[in-house]
Amino acid sequence: MSTIDLPVPGLRGVPTADAPQNRKDFTSDQEVRWCPGCGDYAILAAVQGFLPELGVQRENVVFVSGIGCSSRFPYYLNTYGVHGIHGRAPAIATGLATSRPDLSVWVVTGDGDGLSIGGNHLIHALRRNVNLKILLFNNRIYGLTKGQYSPTSELGKVTKSTPLGSLDAPFNPVSLALGAEATFVGRTLDSDRQHLTSVLRAAVAHRGTALVEIYQNCNIYNDGAFDVLKSKDTRDEALIRLEHRKPIRFGRDGELGVVRDPGTGTLRVGRVAEVGEDAVLVHDAHADDPTTAFGLSRLADQESLVRSPMGIFRQVERPTYDDQVREQLAAAGAGGAADLGDLLRGSDTWTVGADA
Amino acid sequence: MTKQVLQVDRVIIRFAGDSGDGMQLAGDRFTQETALFGNDLSTLPNFPAEIRAPAGTLPGVSSFQIHFADHDILTPGDAPDVLVAMNPAALKANLPELPRGATVIVDSDEFTKRNLSKVGYQSSPLQDGSLDAYQTHAFALTSMTTEAIKAALGDDQGGLSRKDASRAKNMYALGLVSWLYNRPTDSTISFLQAKFGRKPAIRDANIAAFKAGWNFGETAEAFAVSYQVRPAEMKAGLYRNISGNLALAYGLITGAQRAGLPMFLGSYPITPASDVLHELSKHKKFGVTTFQAEDEIAGVGAALGAAFGGALGVTTTSGPGMSLKSETIGLAVTLELPLVICDIQRAGPSTGLPTKTEQADLLQAMYGRNGEAPVPVIAAQSPADCFDAAIEAVRIAATYRTPVILLSDGYLANGSEPWRIPKVAELPEIKVEFATEPNHETENGDHVFWPYKRDPETLARPWAVPGTPGLEHRIGGLEKADGHGNISYDAANHEFMVRTRQAKVDGIARTVPPLEVDDPTNDARVLVLGWGSTYGPIGAACRAVRENGVPVAQAHLRHLNPLPPDLGEVLRSYDRVLVPEMNLGQLSMILRAKYLVDIVSYNRVRGLPFSAAELTGAITELVESLDPETHPAAATGLTNGHGFGPATGSGNGNGNGNGCSSEPGADVEVPTR
Repeated sequence: MSTIDLPVPGLRGVPTADAPQNRKDFTSDQEVRWCPGCGDYAILAAVQGFLPELGVQRENVVFVSGIGCSSRFPYYLNTYGVHGIHGRAPAIATGLATSRPDLSVWVVTGDGDGLSIGGNHLIHALRRNVNLKILLFNNRIYGLTKGQYSPTSELGKVTKSTPLGSLDAPFNPVSLALGAEATFVGRTLDSDRQHLTSVLRAAVAHRGTALVEIYQNCNIYNDGAFDVLKSKDTRDEALIRLEHRKPIRFGRDGELGVVRDPGTGTLRVGRVAEVGEDAVLVHDAHADDPTTAFGLSRLADQESLVRSPMGIFRQVERPTYDDQVREQLAAAGAGGAADLGDLLRGSDTWTVGADA
Repeated sequence: MTKQVLQVDRVIIRFAGDSGDGMQLAGDRFTQETALFGNDLSTLPNFPAEIRAPAGTLPGVSSFQIHFADHDILTPGDAPDVLVAMNPAALKANLPELPRGATVIVDSDEFTKRNLSKVGYQSSPLQDGSLDAYQTHAFALTSMTTEAIKAALGDDQGGLSRKDASRAKNMYALGLVSWLYNRPTDSTISFLQAKFGRKPAIRDANIAAFKAGWNFGETAEAFAVSYQVRPAEMKAGLYRNISGNLALAYGLITGAQRAGLPMFLGSYPITPASDVLHELSKHKKFGVTTFQAEDEIAGVGAALGAAFGGALGVTTTSGPGMSLKSETIGLAVTLELPLVICDIQRAGPSTGLPTKTEQADLLQAMYGRNGEAPVPVIAAQSPADCFDAAIEAVRIAATYRTPVILLSDGYLANGSEPWRIPKVAELPEIKVEFATEPNHETENGDHVFWPYKRDPETLARPWAVPGTPGLEHRIGGLEKADGHGNISYDAANHEFMVRTRQAKVDGIARTVPPLEVDDPTNDARVLVLGWGSTYGPIGAACRAVRENGVPVAQAHLRHLNPLPPDLGEVLRSYDRVLVPEMNLGQLSMILRAKYLVDIVSYNRVRGLPFSAAELTGAITELVESLDPETHPAAATGLTNGHGFGPATGSGNGNGNGNGCSSEPGADVEVPTR
């Protein structure tokens, strides 16, 4: 097992573990109750396998969630956890992370929880850049309420609540996060444990809000939603791996590449043989300007998800909200000997009688 | 020539003008002068919801009323003795409340044809005799202000435009009224020096205007006499003037300090609560973190998250914000974490009247959540009392690990009164201990942590914060099994947990002192019971009633949930209980349901505090109605469960009910399984 080099910026302030930990240390005694075959199992296994890598005290890790299938996640980890209310996990986690610099705070949410009822909290957490790791399990459906369309469902989705097809255009979570001033945006796939872990590793190293969209299969209400990215027959041309400083090439033999249209500046896919190797865009996750990252997020067809980039779209440094709040507190002398009596007295007082 | 000085025992002055005329500032300064002089006082600002309504119009009128006296007073007063009206709109808006014979000071410069027509005056009230019933003093305050500034700063007015110079007219008026009531002036001059220290011309213009106003009173023939209100006899100590929102902020800081907890305020700006956020944001050195959230929900959510982490979570809001926070408060009920929710009530429903007061959120505070979600509720009764109420809210939240709703209102928030500053060492200490060790031994001898294993005395669960090794646990909104706290769908467990959460809140009553009843003659047959900001008007009314030789008892509730353990007994020991409320009878409804006592309600929802006079009338009427020989008719404005009538006619009145009523606190039942 590879271990990340500590301390990473994202874990600064979190006490390190005295002894090596293993997967069992992070597994709670609660029976996991997702539907058999749910993509959540793979994500849970990946996270339980990854957390020991952090090398931080288990009691300083907190998972906060909202409501939905994915939000049961905290119960299965032997860390501190809050299973909150629908959509509000980023708000709860913001208060916790801001007041406790010694914690590694994670948010687990879904496409309904995070993008529908909790959309406001999600975008503001991203804008503030609170040191949170947000895992957004996107299965493009409402599972716990038994199969209504979600804000990431493709247009025209026929569900229990939309028998004639859904009418509202979906969100693209990566585009949304980039538009909300996110400093870290990644995307990965439930079934690709190695890739999922690599994105988590980068997210946890990042100081600030990291949004990781995880395509997650709901085998009951939206089975096969990501098959195009998983099936041997289609994945090579459907899935685009993003790697920092590497040309963005894909296809069975890397015959396809992402190029910038010189006329419009938009990104498109071309055959390397036709456009030439030099024309293929080299991925720069650390680019200050989010325009190219946004362009990458628009490559995929929103219905079929063909041409979906996976990996880290953007990772830039920006002061975090919680660090700055604590700096202001420290500069004001918090923790010192502030005189409550002085505060209560104020400046305009008068005395009655001999007392005082 | 030295003018005559007359002694008076109390005065009510109202400063009124356009919202841009600086009437709130003039009122604040007069209040400080009066506080420093040693009078007892009470203030009531009244301003429009719009930041700057069109100038000179009725909606744009802003006013500030101060009542000060040589004895202790309880309200900002009903009708002003003196009205300062800076324009025709201010005169027109306030004249209906002015008793005949009152003094009216107006700025005649503003009584132009255009300004008069803006508010529908066909002719000038200064000339048409409509002010004949008042002692009217019409002065050209604006031009006298600019003349005074020219005299002090030169013809160029220190470089100020005519318009800028004329802005100091509020200080001219303040100077004049300060002379009229022999107020000390040093504090206002040093205030102006500090406030405009970086703008010397504006500073000097304001000081010149203030002094000129004073001198005008002293030298002009207009006023033959000035008035003196002697300092009030007050308990010995160090005093300051304090508004309700400031006292609330100080109480929260003090509570957190006495509990040894950092405070985390999550809040979203809303009138009239924003000043608490503003104030708390200044006090980071006391370990106060303030978070201006993206909405009301995030404000309370972040506070709850911080509470999970070991901070005192606080959120501040007003009615519409309370509605949005309901779900999170429910989560806090089931997570059982300390959280103080301050609702600075305003007139509703919906957006309602944002700058006007009301106390119609009581039932929302009590019951406004899904499921059985009991929350302790306490209320402040005066501006300075917000301090003590906030400390009590912190005590309950921290001791019982529960959300607590603290009710204030717009009247308390913006009103002010002298406050005897407590000595820190005399303030209650709040004992808080975090869990550090496993608290349960399993059948096979393992020592584990059970997050829902309760303190047998308080029924509070342990507060184990992240970072504590060995106590890792997961909690959430799903029902939890008693003890170990894992998710449980068991029917009997759910009932047990619901009843236990209720018993925990009911048990707080054991720490609530008996209700203090003020019944000086001990023979009153009517009790007036209130809660919240009606304390002042009810108290003033009870005094007035007693001065007329009519006995009446008064009591006021700090704790609304749980109610004081002896409340039922108190209610039943009077023939009639009158409950005045600035709502349609919310406390009355609770009391009727809980105690089967036929409460008589007196309700007004005008966005304004009760006047002492109307309550005096209502109390007198009720007392007199107890003697049907002389007063057979039903009283107007008073309502009870089945139409107001003499006590003899009520069937479900003062008895002990049918034995089904539960006495909160008196006999708290802790469920067992």
